[in-house]
Amino acid sequence: MNNTKKEVVAMLLAGGQGSRLYALTHDMAKPAVPFGGKYRLIDFPLSNCTNSGIDTVGVLTQYQPLVLNEYIGGGEPWDLDRMNGGVHVLPPYESNSGASWYEGTANAIYQNISFIERYDPEYVVVLGGDHIYKMDYSKMVDYHKEQKADLTIAVLDVPRSEASRMGIMICDDEMRVTEFEEKPAQPRSTLASMGIYVFTWAKLKKYLIENENANTGSKDFGKDIIPAMLANGERLYAYTFEGYWKDVGTLDSLWDANMDLLAPSEPLNLYDKSWRIYSRHSNFPPQYIGSDAEVENAMITEGSVVHGKVDFSVIFGGVTIEPGATVRYSIIMPGTVIKSGAVVEYAIVGEDCVVGENAHIGRSPEEFGADRKEWGIAVTGHKITISAGKEVAPKEIVSESI
Amino acid sequence: MGTNQNVLGLIFASMHDDAIFDLTKLRTMGSVPFGGRYRLIDFPLSNFVNSGISQVGVITKRNYGSLLDHVGSGREWDLARKKGGLHLLPPFSHTSSAIYSGKLDALGNIWSFVEHSTAEYVVLTDCNVVTNIDYRPVVAAHIEAGADITAIYTKGYYDQSSDASATIFGIGGDGFVNDVMINPPMSGSCNMGLDMYVMSKDFLRRIVKESIARNRYSLRKDILLDRSASYKILAYEHSSYFSKIDSLVSYYNANLDLLDTEKRDALFAKNAPIFTKTKDNAPVRFGLEAHIKNSLIADGCVIEGKVENCILFRGVKIGKGSMVRDSIITQDGVIGEHCSIRNVITDKRVTIAGERQLTGSAGYPLFIGKGAEI
Repeated sequence: MNNTKKEVVAMLLAGGQGSRLYALTHDMAKPAVPFGGKYRLIDFPLSNCTNSGIDTVGVLTQYQPLVLNEYIGGGEPWDLDRMNGGVHVLPPYESNSGASWYEGTANAIYQNISFIERYDPEYVVVLGGDHIYKMDYSKMVDYHKEQKADLTIAVLDVPRSEASRMGIMICDDEMRVTEFEEKPAQPRSTLASMGIYVFTWAKLKKYLIENENANTGSKDFGKDIIPAMLANGERLYAYTFEGYWKDVGTLDSLWDANMDLLAPSEPLNLYDKSWRIYSRHSNFPPQYIGSDAEVENAMITEGSVVHGKVDFSVIFGGVTIEPGATVRYSIIMPGTVIKSGAVVEYAIVGEDCVVGENAHIGRSPEEFGADRKEWGIAVTGHKITISAGKEVAPKEIVSESI
Repeated sequence: MGTNQNVLGLIFASMHDDAIFDLTKLRTMGSVPFGGRYRLIDFPLSNFVNSGISQVGVITKRNYGSLLDHVGSGREWDLARKKGGLHLLPPFSHTSSAIYSGKLDALGNIWSFVEHSTAEYVVLTDCNVVTNIDYRPVVAAHIEAGADITAIYTKGYYDQSSDASATIFGIGGDGFVNDVMINPPMSGSCNMGLDMYVMSKDFLRRIVKESIARNRYSLRKDILLDRSASYKILAYEHSSYFSKIDSLVSYYNANLDLLDTEKRDALFAKNAPIFTKTKDNAPVRFGLEAHIKNSLIADGCVIEGKVENCILFRGVKIGKGSMVRDSIITQDGVIGEHCSIRNVITDKRVTIAGERQLTGSAGYPLFIGKGAEI
């Protein structure tokens, strides 16, 4: 097949297990985790690609890819079903040199050099699959060209207290990166890497091959490729991003990011028609709010039926909240049923769960007074049944039916 | 769900346009908005697809721009197929096809499309009946009975004053039709036709060709009413929920019917979903002072006020302090702050500024035309 040359190809790293989200990821890859009522995490980078005019995207999958593969399908929801380019799921495969799993982020791209070369790109954008943000990658590519950079790294100016948990770029006045530190105890800068890279493909290819031959063991962008490029005096630039960006790598941050959608200040606007976030739909009818329901300050989507009380919560598609049930400060994922009299507060309830009558999941932090150490959000995984009258304590993570 | 290569589905998307002329001024019956996120054609299209019928022709007449925009390639109904799939059949799309007067000359116009289909049987339907029906047992009954025509009907109350397009059947003990009336001057419990028919392609070819030769064009008047021809017309009862849209009031009531859980569950059956064009709207956002009772709400709405007994279509905004009751607000309707709205139907993209009061009545809802700014 003869592919037209593409100036930019995006590679989306979607293989991560998401071990800190384990209750929600033991049977699906992290980018397939539901978010924001009708999305999955991967909708954000995929929608950003299509809105940025990038029509060729490789999605590197490895861990529990079934849900993710089915979700991506032919790429129609993101307008990425193309005769030329489009979205391609790239699992590890067997070649004449043998079969091997993706060993690290750099190795995953290395193993797909032939995919990238089919499009003969000038630039390759490398993205993660577990961040919530809206970003025009084409502006970052323009910046990369202006700086004549070999690698441009998107950075966020973070509070100093958070800097020690992130990859930190130390830059000169021209925003050229002089040093890179992973999770420094004493951060010398507050510019944190967002895990979004624009590489000049010829350079990236060279370093991927060298890294593979050096056989460092980690084969990772942060640990190997970036330090090697810095050591060789390549042109690395930081691209400052201003706007909402959230790493949802933990259950707490996933809950926080969903709650951000309900904040009156609307830090992340999903209603902006010029930058839609696309998702695969489930053909549900519109939601129905019953005569005895009380709904305020909530985000609820198609296919849901609400007869109970919902406050400060994000309710996904096909959820049923029976009469007399209460859901507060919680996230209820698709297909779950909250039975009559049940209370769900400060909790994440996974897909296709049943919360039995008068069961109680989570507690309000106010009940803990000053001693908030014992408090945290309660979580149930997917396809879990919580029997009638059972309690799930704050911070508890339920991964089997009780 | 297997695919039935032996059945062709034909949808008349422009019949009954006059029944709700307010809504069809700028569109055709098939593209009339319904139920929060649908257009009327979604129901026959989805019924065909759910019945395994994947060869579908859509016959249109005029004002079909919005219909073409809605159905596109048919992908959302899984009808963007190499074998069969969706075919749009507007006037002048085939040799000798022109504006038609009735179903028979409309079929004559596009006959080459029907002829070239691999199907032996044809299911014909209009867009004015909202229901969820499986055509597989109907086709099976048609074949089993050796009928010329199978007419789908329902038992219901007919009121001559409200239903201007009724076909009433008399049915014998053998299940075959023994009497046909169009708009009879009476009211009462009747066998009402749903404008859905099954025929073999051979039989349909025969009546279409003969009718053209005799300058006849109405399927109902020239075939069903023509008792001299002694066609074998099997009556097939469809007993689950339906609503027939033949006036603005019945359109209003058919929408509000969806607030009844039993009817809604019958129409949006889990094993036979109704498909439609997706719009990629965000979920509904309910504000701090939102107050919602007994309402059906599509995605993309932002609700800050009070809503009772309403159908809100995609992208509707209800401002703070407003009270909207017993109303149908179609796509992208914007209602400002401190409004009071009752028994109103707003067409697409209507904007109502703050502090307005608009009231119709249940028997005569107030209709506000497309794009109006009040």
